[in-house]
Amino acid sequence: MSEAQSRLVAVLGAIPYAKFIGMTAELAGDEMTAILPFSPDIVGNPMLPAIHGGVLGAFMEMTALAQLSIAETLKRQPRTIDVSIEYLRSGRPLTTYARAQIKKVGRRIANVHVEAWQEQRAAPIAALRGHFLLTGAED
Amino acid sequence: MSETDLNEQHRLIAKAMNEGSPQAKALGFTTLDIGDGVAVLKVPYRTELVGDPETGVIAGGVVTTLLDHASGQAVHAAMSTWTSIATLDLRIDYMRPAEPGKDILARAHCYKLTRSVAFVRAVAYETDPEDPIAAAQAAFMLDSSAGKKAGANLKPPGSSKQDSSKKEDGQ
Repeated sequence: MSEAQSRLVAVLGAIPYAKFIGMTAELAGDEMTAILPFSPDIVGNPMLPAIHGGVLGAFMEMTALAQLSIAETLKRQPRTIDVSIEYLRSGRPLTTYARAQIKKVGRRIANVHVEAWQEQRAAPIAALRGHFLLTGAED
Repeated sequence: MSETDLNEQHRLIAKAMNEGSPQAKALGFTTLDIGDGVAVLKVPYRTELVGDPETGVIAGGVVTTLLDHASGQAVHAAMSTWTSIATLDLRIDYMRPAEPGKDILARAHCYKLTRSVAFVRAVAYETDPEDPIAAAQAAFMLDSSAGKKAGANLKPPGSSKQDSSKKEDGQ
């Protein structure tokens, strides 16, 4: 297991809420794909049915945190300062994937963009932009 | 509709949204107050919902889901008839970590309703809304399921175009 891979496993394994929604992640080289398998518990609207928007937001936020953990050596988990979530398509009862792009890492603050999709990468279902405080970066 | 009937309708919508939505049920959401475009919801503290095990603080994602859910109920509480709604965007500022071990409340207010869009502000807190954990601003699309039938998401998008295009394109 590469160093980045073990850091990724450690970070996701340490977040009980990631386990609660059933999130995992895979690494191909330095590219991480976060995976949210469908489960009846993550449904928000049972009529359609559609995945809860909050779960998609949480999944993308944790994707950003996981990406930061493999890209940077941090002593502590980064803290979320703000997130802006756009909902583009209804989350269908299928596996959802997400990838994060770190746009900028400063001394204390990182800016990360995340996109989530299901069957087609070109048809994202939601996007997140966020700022994260790198609390352990200065120690 | 009388005010009592309207209050009762809003309470029924809140109950349906908390008990009928599997994720809301899994997180244990309850509505403490609803009416006049305002909804107050609670998520009980549980170790399973922790985001940072070093501190025991509830995951930001749980707060995100609570704020989204509370905002949706505030939109319903601003309307006299039920319509389907969907979140367009949700912006959240996290001001401070939640206190470990404490339940989190969210108060959402739908302050503007247009024909197609509802605008909502919300805060998450433990006891005092003036000392928030997080603040949110959201926009919701109204009548979001227009032309969509129950179970619409079980089929790939576009597969039901023939029957839905009439309504969606207005042709």
